[in-house]
Amino acid sequence: MALTGVLRPGHAQVRVLDLEESVRFYRDVLGLVETGRDAQGRVYFKCWDERDHNSYVIREADRAGIDFFGFRVLDKATLDKFDADLRAYGIATERIPAGEMLETGERVRFTLPSGHVMELFADKTKVGNGIPLVNPAPWCKARDHGIAPIRLDHALLYGPNVAEVQKIFTEVLGFYLVERVLTPDGNANAAIWLSCGQKVHDIAFAEYPEPGKLHHCSFLMESWDQVLRAGDIMSMNQVAVDIGPTRHGVTRGCTIYAWDPSGNRFETFMGGHLPYPDYETMTWTFDNFGQGLDYPQRKLHETFLSVVS
Amino acid sequence: MTHTVSIEDADVRYACAPQESLLSGLHRLGLRGIPVGCRGGGCGVCKVEITEGEFSTRAMSRDHVSDDDLAHRRLLACRVYPSSDLSVKVIGKLQKKVCTPAADRPLP
Repeated sequence: MALTGVLRPGHAQVRVLDLEESVRFYRDVLGLVETGRDAQGRVYFKCWDERDHNSYVIREADRAGIDFFGFRVLDKATLDKFDADLRAYGIATERIPAGEMLETGERVRFTLPSGHVMELFADKTKVGNGIPLVNPAPWCKARDHGIAPIRLDHALLYGPNVAEVQKIFTEVLGFYLVERVLTPDGNANAAIWLSCGQKVHDIAFAEYPEPGKLHHCSFLMESWDQVLRAGDIMSMNQVAVDIGPTRHGVTRGCTIYAWDPSGNRFETFMGGHLPYPDYETMTWTFDNFGQGLDYPQRKLHETFLSVVS
Repeated sequence: MTHTVSIEDADVRYACAPQESLLSGLHRLGLRGIPVGCRGGGCGVCKVEITEGEFSTRAMSRDHVSDDDLAHRRLLACRVYPSSDLSVKVIGKLQKKVCTPAADRPLP
């Protein structure tokens, strides 16, 4: 089997300022499937085509932002190996017991030098995507409810020490660097796009003075038509849109950036090229960052650099 | 019934309904004067100080609004709703970009 180690982004836990307002937004506007609520008051969602019990969890708090981002790894032995490898590298890890999150196995938690809390896990209950595994239809009714992305695709996180973060992902967790934007002096990376498989990115980071910031969680759409339909639904529901619909130069993905009711940015994303681990990294100079962000408009939108939660 | 909001420093006055946030009232008219970010109380770029008038608020991220800020009416414009005429001063981190005329801004 070619894909081992870290398989994919598995969950994000995001803080919201008003829980029920946010549940209505994520369930009825973004069109996620609500799969449960726990004793802590957290509400669990998945995208319709995801098979695991949850991928996006919200909790009410007095500040917006992200609590943690988690990756699913192949199996328990892989989880134990990453735990040992992280410790050997000098990163403190913590075990969160199975069941602390609904339908989720034991998690290995650690904090990056960018201030972001990361998790790895090997088990989350398969609840299916509403389509039988035998003679499956291509989609089910849930695809038409709200924006209805098909999966949690990636996150872009803002914080300090991106060079150290890159080393951890590439040297310990088996990711590779797909694209990068250089700093204005060209001597370091201002932003990096990392993949653990053949997606154009599974996680990205940008250098930023404040630690632990969320730029966006991204949700995958099936087509450009579906991205445009997402834009229509955003306007029908007066969702605050940031950028797009447009196409990124970096990744070649089609996009809309918008904000949830608490100011957490999210993306409806589609496409992107298909890298392999042996491909050379693609590099953008800082003076071309505008094209990297918004290829048709060639514009480095002010909010992209300065608005985070 | 709308209220008049005055932005000090930016020489902008506009009419804002009580059910409309200071930021969306401004933004809807296509006016500039307060930086626009997430519009959901999360990012903090639209921070203003209410120097005069009465208002109501909705929840906003305490990363950007401390107890001291609350006491001194330093709030996020996207979560403030006027109940009288208001005067506000822009104090968020993009203040210079909005309140400095384009010709006087340093090149990026």
